Order: sequence, then C-alpha cells, then structure tokens
Amino acid sequence: MIQMKAKVIKGARILQEAVTTQHGTDHEYTTTGLNHRKLLMWAFLGSDCMFFGSLIATYMVYYGKSKVGPFPEDLFSIPITSVSTFVLLMSSMSMVLAYAAIRKGSLKGFRVWILSTALMGMTFLAFQVFEFYEFANHEVHFDCSQVGTGNLSAFEESFQNECIEGVTTVDGIHDSDGNNLTGLTPKTNLFGTTFFTLTGFHGAHVTLGVIWLLSLFFYSFRGGVTRERDLDVDLAALYWHFVDIVWIVIFTVVYLFGVFPGFPES
Amino acid sequence: MSSMTTSILPRPIHPTGLWAWLTTIDHKRIGILYGVTAFIMFLSGGIEAMYIRLQLAAPEQELVSPEIYSQLFTMHGTTMIFLAIMPMGAAFFNYLIPLQIGARDVAFPRLNAFSYWTFLGGAVMLKSSWFLGGAPNAGWFGYAPITSSAYNPGHGIDFWILSLQILGIASLAAAFNFIVTIINLRAPGMSLMRMPIFTWMTFVTSILLILAFPVITVALIEVMFDRFFGTNFFNVGAGGQPLLWQHLFWVFGHPEVYILILPALGIIAEVIPTFSKKPLFGYPVVVLSGVVIGFMGWMVWSHHMFTVGLGPVANSVFAVTTMAIAVPTGVKIFNYMATMWKGSISLTTSMLYAIGFIFLFVIGGLSGVMHSSAASDAQQQDTYFIVAHLHYVLFGGSIMALGSGIYYWFPKMTGRLMDEKLGKLNFLLVFIGMNVTFFPMHFLGLDGMPRRIYTYDSDMGWNLWNAVSSVGYLILALGVLILIVNIIWSVLSGEKADGDPWDARTLEWSMSSPPPEYNFEQIPIVHGIDPYWEQKREGLSTVPISGGSGDDDSHGIHLPQPSYWPPLASLGLFVSGYGLVYLSSSIGLVVSIIGAAITMVAVYAWSFEPVNDPDEGEGH
Amino acid sequence: MAQNEDMSTDTHLGSENHSDHPTPLTYFKVAMILSIITAIEVGIFYVEDLSYGIIPILTILSVMKFALVIMFYMHLRYDNRLFSTLFLTGLVLAFLVVIALLALFQFFTPS
Repeated sequence: MIQMKAKVIKGARILQEAVTTQHGTDHEYTTTGLNHRKLLMWAFLGSDCMFFGSLIATYMVYYGKSKVGPFPEDLFSIPITSVSTFVLLMSSMSMVLAYAAIRKGSLKGFRVWILSTALMGMTFLAFQVFEFYEFANHEVHFDCSQVGTGNLSAFEESFQNECIEGVTTVDGIHDSDGNNLTGLTPKTNLFGTTFFTLTGFHGAHVTLGVIWLLSLFFYSFRGGVTRERDLDVDLAALYWHFVDIVWIVIFTVVYLFGVFPGFPES
Repeated sequence: MSSMTTSILPRPIHPTGLWAWLTTIDHKRIGILYGVTAFIMFLSGGIEAMYIRLQLAAPEQELVSPEIYSQLFTMHGTTMIFLAIMPMGAAFFNYLIPLQIGARDVAFPRLNAFSYWTFLGGAVMLKSSWFLGGAPNAGWFGYAPITSSAYNPGHGIDFWILSLQILGIASLAAAFNFIVTIINLRAPGMSLMRMPIFTWMTFVTSILLILAFPVITVALIEVMFDRFFGTNFFNVGAGGQPLLWQHLFWVFGHPEVYILILPALGIIAEVIPTFSKKPLFGYPVVVLSGVVIGFMGWMVWSHHMFTVGLGPVANSVFAVTTMAIAVPTGVKIFNYMATMWKGSISLTTSMLYAIGFIFLFVIGGLSGVMHSSAASDAQQQDTYFIVAHLHYVLFGGSIMALGSGIYYWFPKMTGRLMDEKLGKLNFLLVFIGMNVTFFPMHFLGLDGMPRRIYTYDSDMGWNLWNAVSSVGYLILALGVLILIVNIIWSVLSGEKADGDPWDARTLEWSMSSPPPEYNFEQIPIVHGIDPYWEQKREGLSTVPISGGSGDDDSHGIHLPQPSYWPPLASLGLFVSGYGLVYLSSSIGLVVSIIGAAITMVAVYAWSFEPVNDPDEGEGH
Repeated sequence: MAQNEDMSTDTHLGSENHSDHPTPLTYFKVAMILSIITAIEVGIFYVEDLSYGIIPILTILSVMKFALVIMFYMHLRYDNRLFSTLFLTGLVLAFLVVIALLALFQFFTPS
C-alpha cells in the first residue's frame, strides 16, 4: 500500500510525498501508472527483434549462395515442420489460458495450462532436435537411371559420377572410414552455417522460456504464484509469445520460401 | 512471501567499508564506481596512445614491433570507446538521472549494480589480454577475414570478442534501466518536455544502445562461431562475404558514435546555460535535434564503407544521408551559442571546457562533412585525415564534454570544489595539447599517410607533422596529469561546496553536496524547465539538508537494500568469458560451465530476493 | 494543482496496466484462426502455379498471424500505447535494416 501525505502550505503550494513500502517497486509511484517490469520486457522484446533481424538478414543474404550441398530442398520436410509450428502456436494459446487462470485466482488452472505450455515447448524442441539430427545424417539415395532427367535435386546430380559401370543405385556417400559425407552441419556450407545458427538461437530462446515456465510451475507449489502477482506470469507469457512470433517469421522465410516448388529454377 | 526468501545468502544489512561498495545498489555510488574505473581505463588507453606516438615520432623507428603496434592501436581504440567514454557517460547517467528527474533511485537498482560489475569484468578481461598471450590486433572494428582463426590463431581476437559481448551485456542492462527510469520515475509535473537536456540525451542514447548492440552481438557470434566451430559466415572459400561483417559492424558502429556524442551534447546543454545565466535557447529544438540525430544515425552506416565497392547508388544514398545528419548537429551548436549570446558568462573551468567543446567539435564536424562526400572520402579513407576527424569529435567532443561535466558535478558528488587555478591550467594544456596532437593529422592524411602503419620512410614528407603530433601528446599528458592532481587534491582538501555552488537550474542542485542517500526528502513537483531556478525564483524553501550522509530512518523512507547477487552474477559472466576464450582446451569448457552456473544461481537467487527487506519493518 | 490528489497507482490488485480483457473463448477463437491460417499457408505452398505471387500471399498471411498474437495474446491491443511504441520501434527498425542489407547485397536485383 502506498502511504501518501498531502500538506497544504500557505500560499497554496502542495508538497506530496511518495513513500515506498515494504512491497517495493510493484506499488510505488510511477509517472505513467505502468509497471516497471512490463516496460522492461517490452523494451527487451523490441531489442530482441534487432537480434533476430540480424540473424535473419545473414540467412537471407547467404540464401542460395552455398557452393556445395545439401541444400534446403534436400532436407526440409514442410509437413513435419508444419506440425512443430502448429504445436508452438498452440502453446501460445495454452500460455494465455494460464495467465487468464491466475488472473481469476485459479491456481489449479494455472498449473495445468502452464505445464501444458512447457510440454508443448519441449515437444517443439524435440522436433528441432530430431530435425537437426536428420539433417546432419542426411544420406543421398537415388537411382542412376534418374540422372539427367530433372527428377533429381541439384545436390543429387552432383554425385552422378558415382554412377559408374555396374552401379544402378547410389546408396549414400561415405568416406573411407564410413563417415557420411552428405549431412548438413554448421560447417558444411553457408546454408548449414546460417540455418543452424538462426534456428539454434531461436531454440535457445525456447529453452530458456521452458525453464522459466517450469520454474513458475514449481514455484506455484510453494505459494509463489498468486493472483496479486499475476504480473510474473504476464512477463513470462510475453516472452513466450515473442518466441512464437519469431518462429512464425522463420517458418515462412526459411522453410516456406526456402523450398517453394513454384519458384523458377535459377 | 518473505518465507520464500531464506535465500542462500541473507541480504546484507547496512554493510560498511568494502562490502558496502561491493553490494551497493545506490545509483550514486555506482556512478562513482563507473567514473573511477572509466578514468583509470582512460589512462590505460592513454598509455597505449603514448607508445603509438613515441613509435611514430620519428621515421623508421622500431620501438615496438609491427605486431605489437597492431595490438596497440586496436586496444587504444577499443579501450577509449568501450572502457573510457561509454562508462564515463554511464557514470554521469547513473549519478544524475534520478536526481534530475526527482527520483530516489533508478527503476532497477540491482540491475544497475549488475551493469557496473559486468562492465568491470569485461574491462579487466580485455586488458588482461596484454598479459595472456597478446592483445587483439585487428583494429577496434575487427574486420573479417583478418579475425579468422586462419589469419589470427592466437587468443587475442577471442579476448576481444568475449570482452565485447560481456561489455555489451553491461551496456544493455544499463540502457534498459535508464529507459524505464526516465519513462516511469519522473517526479509529478515533469513531463518529457520539461526534462533536463542531459536526461533527454541519456534517453535517446539508451534507446540507441538497446537497438544497436544486438547487431554487434550477432556479428561477434558469427565471427566467434567461425573461429571456434569452423562455420562459414566469413569463409570466402565457402562463399562467405567479409563485407557482411563490415555491414553488421557498422549498422552497430554508427549508432555507437552517436551513443558516444549524445551524452556529451547533453552535458554541454547543462553547463552552458548555467554559466551564461540564461535558459537554454530553443529547448524544444535541442530535444528534437537529439531525437533526429538518434533516428538518422541508422541511415548513414555505409559511409564507413565508401571504398569497398558498394556501387554508385549505395554510395550516393549514404553520402546524402550523412550530409543531412550534419544539420541537426549544427542546430544544437547554434542553440548553445545563442544561449551564450548576451548571457552573463562566468568562465569557470567547466565553462571553458564547454566552450572548447563547441570549437573543437565543430572542427571535427567539418572534417566529417568532408568525408561525407564519397568522392573526397575515396582519398581520405584509411588515412590520418580520418584519425584527425575522429579525435576531434571524440576527444574534442566527448572527452572535452566529460571534462566539463567532471568540473561541473564534482562539487555535487564530493561536497568540495575543484581548484580553479589547476583547472584552468589543466584546460589550457589539454586544449593546446589536443590541437597540437591532432590538427597536424589533417595534413598527414591529405599528404597520404595511411592509418595503422607502424612506421614510415623518412622521405615521405611526414616527419615534421608526426614529430609535432608526438610533442602534442606530451602536452596533453601533462594536462591530464594536472587533472589527476586536481582531482586528488580537491577530494582531500578542496574548498567545501554547498548544495548549489553554481546557482544552477536542475534538481540535482536542490539538495546537499553530496546528496543524502535517499536523494529527496520530499519528491518535488515540477512546473517547468529548469525547475530549481524556478524554485529559487519563487522563493520556495529549498534549504538543502547539510551533511546528508544517508540517515534515512527519520523520514520513513524505505530504500532498496544492498544485494550480493548482482556482483555474483557478473562474476559468473566473467568466469565464463575466460572459459570461452580457452574453449579449445578441455578446461575451457569446464570453466565456462562453472561460470554459467554461477550466473544462473545468482539470477535465480536475485529473482527470489525480496525487493525490500521486509524485516526492516516500518516507521523506523 | 490545489487539491489533494491521490497519486497512488490504482489499488486494484494485480496488473493494473490494461483496461479490458479478452475471454478464454476469444483466445480459443484466435488459436483457431491461427491454425487455419497455418493450414492455408501449408496448402498454398503446394500450388506451384503461383510462382513469385506466393511471396505477397504468404507474407500477408504471416503478418496476420504475427499481428493476432501480438494484439490479442500479448495484449497490445488493450494495453497502453507506450508498450506498443517500445516494441514497434525495435520491430520496424529491424525490418528496415534487414531490407536495407538485402538491397545492399543485391538480393532484390536479378543476378
């Protein structure tokens, strides 16, 4: 509570005094009536736009410029990525329901929805890990009869020399130690470098978000999450939604534009 | 709620001595910490400059090897920008902003402490590179591919990258803090257009910081990944483009130079009206110019890249925008001069520095406009002409303004006046020394002397001006020495100052020198610009409380309590930084993880620590 | 100025920073729209005949999703304009810088 003292001094001057109490900054005088931490979070999200903007710019500047494959069309599975995108979108809904629950004072509702959000976030991360693993272990398989027909990707075509006499199908390219040579890693080419860095940092943001959400979940069992302190949940929610909207951009720019089959061959 | 916080370390209660400084969250103390650290870093950058000027004083010398020379100019630039000018600005932001807006502290006192300690960690880390196998050597702007592990296999560049990341975190934390503070803790009646100009410029600077630093963060991540993990961001063989580094760096780098000069312009806007006994001429225009500069600063970055072959369209666009940005800058200067016109001028040392600023910064601006033409820049780029320009704007601009600020606010911070005789001597030597050191560089540049060369042939025609410039350094150094003497002497036995030695205008002068811990006994109500002048004019009782050393109890004012967690969180980053530099070794990974764990624990403990210790009770 | 003003932020508990609140039903509806838009995006993805036309279409669809989440889930529609200003400054600047960089790297000019 804020204790105010208003004094009237002769000459109709008024001095007012704002005194902070033991509940500190959440209830002290503010010029705008807005909460400090909420302002901080929005400023932070604005700043984070520049962070992701720089990573996206790097990705786009280097798009199509890799000298060796594999390339996006060899790797991306739009159906699978659509599922993980959908999961992340739904996690935003559960997040907002968690916030609505705590605003009503429903601790149980809060716990259910925030745990759901965290679980969906972890599902998204699992998809990412799976995807990264698949990309890193990508193997080239094609039938030699397809060479030169336009049915193979550029990357596959680059291995046409494997189709020497007697070979009818190419089943993976390996070096003398049996290591796969056709996977995508950050070192492979520009695509690997920029893709893993961009989606990796997004994934790191998601991971921090999941930790934050789980922390709130467990904290709620110690009485730390209450209706009066719903701002704590609101702040986590804002961060979580931001991470979701960054993914909306990445999904469209990197995945959908990346392998849209309707673009003319360059 | 308090039961939640039987934290690992109970919050310190009224710590004293060293612990008081270590756990402080008082913005005034943090400001002093910043100021002292920044000044020491300024001196270390000055030592680096000394070696440079000694080496270049005569042709064909080899006082230092070319390898060391590269480290010297790299460290000189990086130190002066990130460890001296920016933190010195931060010292003033920290000390003054709450006072100028009528608040008791910043919005996030512990975050404030965190930004100082993180800065200290980054500074120590960067400077330690000299002793740990070699300082970075690729210039303060670290162009790829010379920063690649192929061309730069030692750890110098790694120190540069990680220190800058840590310093970036410090700057970001501070900037977020000041944005919220300025938006949200202004006293009743202090609308945005009644804030002191210094507060306004701090606000614009902070916005620039939060938008620009993420870009260099990404650029540094990219070069770090190339070095540590073999990625291809700037690997030409894989199709990478070093030019991308340049763009990302300068998208940050240009707003960065406005981050360096806007606080200076803010300081001057405080000093000149006070010592002209006139309100600032054209307050709204000065505010607007500052905002416009901040805005346009994003549109000019490729003027640092006129010679890389961007093409005529890009070059023309950036030339035009660069010429345009001279306009709001010039407007401010005209406003400062108009403020002085027919004012009652007192030539205190602070005012001398401010007038010196106007003169020197304009010279720097003129050479800047000369660079703005891509055609003439084609000759000037990478020559000493640019070195002249940048030192006129950064030394003649930022440093002079910071000097003015030191003399102006020293009495407020210490309760003592600085000695005016020593001050004037200091000013004279610095002013003369600065011009003798840097003006000849215009000639050297036009005569074709390139930057970043460790020596030169004796028949290039550069001998005279290099020698003159090096002599100038000695004069400058003497001037700085006098400043140090003045500071120390004045702290120990300077004439006592009351709350308002200059008959000044803004709220920080309405209280004792130094201010009490809680700043304002009663939060003032503001009715206009220059609120303290107004209060004095109206005869309002503004008796400063003398000897205020923070006996806050009698006023029922509860202040945030000190905390261990901010410095511990910074420590974790510091440890992690070293671990990452040595990531190629197995111990490096372990150390990084330990550091990260320390930070994580500290951040958790910090979140659960109550903002004010409930056990303090009320009404004491 | 000459009256007793209660300078406290309003005493209602919890975040006092917004005027209005969508209901869980609204949130659910938004989630459905988001899902539908995503489905449309993925569906359109397979219509090769669109060629470069897919760029504005997908851009608009993505912007719609982006806006829905910001306005409703992140509440900007109901909150003080200051929050929007802080965020949009960063967002718009990021967008412009990305475009500028792409232009400088001849992303938009045919090779």
